[in-house]
Amino acid sequence: MDVVIEVSELTKRYGRTTAVDHLSFTVRPGRVTGFLGPNGAGKSTTLRMILGLDGPTAGAATVSGVPFRGHRRGLRHAGALLDAGQVHGGRSAEAHLSALARGNGIPRRRVGEVLREVGLSAAAGRRVGGFSLGMKQRLGIAAALLGDPPVLMFDEPVNGMDPEGVLWARRLFRRLAAEGRTVFLSSHLMSELENTADDLVVIGRGRLVAAEPLADFAARGARRSVVVGTPRAAELAALLTAAGASVETGGPAGAEKLVVTGLPADRIGAIAFENRVRLEELTPRAASLEDAFMQLTADSVEYTTGQPR
Amino acid sequence: MTSVTAPPARFRDLLASEWIKTRSLRSTPWTIALTALFVTGSAAVSTLADDAAGSGPADFRPFDAYPAAGYWTLMLVAASMGALTVVSEYGSGLIRTTTVAVPARGSVVLAKAAVTAALWTAVGAAVSVASFLVSQAVLDGRGAGVAITCPGVLRALTASALLAPVCALVGLGLGVLLRHAAATMVTSVFVLLMLPTMFSESERWAADVKHTLVSAAWTRLVRPWDPGPESLGYTATVPGSWTVFALWPLIAVAVAVLVVRRRDV
Repeated sequence: MDVVIEVSELTKRYGRTTAVDHLSFTVRPGRVTGFLGPNGAGKSTTLRMILGLDGPTAGAATVSGVPFRGHRRGLRHAGALLDAGQVHGGRSAEAHLSALARGNGIPRRRVGEVLREVGLSAAAGRRVGGFSLGMKQRLGIAAALLGDPPVLMFDEPVNGMDPEGVLWARRLFRRLAAEGRTVFLSSHLMSELENTADDLVVIGRGRLVAAEPLADFAARGARRSVVVGTPRAAELAALLTAAGASVETGGPAGAEKLVVTGLPADRIGAIAFENRVRLEELTPRAASLEDAFMQLTADSVEYTTGQPR
Repeated sequence: MTSVTAPPARFRDLLASEWIKTRSLRSTPWTIALTALFVTGSAAVSTLADDAAGSGPADFRPFDAYPAAGYWTLMLVAASMGALTVVSEYGSGLIRTTTVAVPARGSVVLAKAAVTAALWTAVGAAVSVASFLVSQAVLDGRGAGVAITCPGVLRALTASALLAPVCALVGLGLGVLLRHAAATMVTSVFVLLMLPTMFSESERWAADVKHTLVSAAWTRLVRPWDPGPESLGYTATVPGSWTVFALWPLIAVAVAVLVVRRRDV
């Protein structure tokens, strides 16, 4: 069995709003799969349906081949951090985890183990209400790990973590995947997944935008371009266009820069040299994942700002 | 990662889990201690204030141990605490963490109900016995004590002990239905305390409505005397009142289990 999470034609409507719209994708074990989409794209709703919290309007989702609601106890089958705030502020971290562990027949020593794993041993007896968001995220990750499950789902897990925490979480997710587990990680920021995910599932407005390895996704991004700075911008633009490039002019008046696509930097340098045009800048720009993401989801962003894109 | 060796899903693990949740909140022992103190104190005050206790008929004396002010407070606190076991989980979203851990939602509600019932039966019994003893201590001082074997005394004591778990379970059921703290509290107070006062016992239909309500049933069960033929109102029967005591929590919990299975968490 090579597919652990399977979502097929999943749909969720709230009245007239369609939060998730005929969504289908699969998530494989031993890899970190990023679940990417703008705010309001339906990521959290999808995760809730996968975990059996919300019933789909249509379609189905299975974890390890069965609907998650079919389990009588869940923590050994999947662990999830949906929202770090989903704890009782009056309980200590240890009491919170003990109650979860006990209900699933998980030995008490696991509580100490996962607290150590996430670096909260020193805060075990403190009430959760006083925790920072980063600490609550760690506690949520600890709860997900309690049952040593083969499937892990995290919704925006590094929100509120300091840089050291983000790095720690990234290493943890990589390690969990390396152990053969299925790691499904949602985010609305490409940069968070760029160094962590192997595969990507991208959604916008509840619909699937892309589901493929991260490398393939990156290749779809904006074409390579070269930024050229020169005092004779109009002249060089004409020369480059004649050579088959497409040229856009940007930047402040008097110091315009050319954004050239269709010609490599060395050819642009050669053309400038042959025509005795002095260059002040010649910067090749790689296609970024962020660009690819923005392009793909541009027409599916739920809340756009007034600024032109 | 391939083998999921899950032990059998045992209900008593869920009971233990809910008990950990209950006892790990600092507010639990404080609330219970203060409530017990207040209710017992109200029994003492009410007996002390009953100047006629020495001269009046012995039938009326056990009634002093169970004043409405004290026991309405107990109802209010028990209902609120029962509601909080679920409302606090909905309020914080903890219910989602809980449901991922235990997808069998009905079992979670039943476990919460069982722990709530056990806790408040213990509290109710302690408070009820303490009320009786305190009241008797005062009456004994006037040579007007009533033995527990007197007719109706044990019934009043039992009904007062069970009042707390009945109300706690009604609160829990309402909490599952309404999910919001304020809405649940207001509804609990209205249903348990306000509604019975709206109906008098002088009209048949009003008395019929009143007798289906928890506080009216309790009032009937703690009253050791039976109404004489000259009574102006309609009086509930004792078995009927016990039935009301049993049905309210049963229906509340049953509806909660049904609803929680169908609804999105």
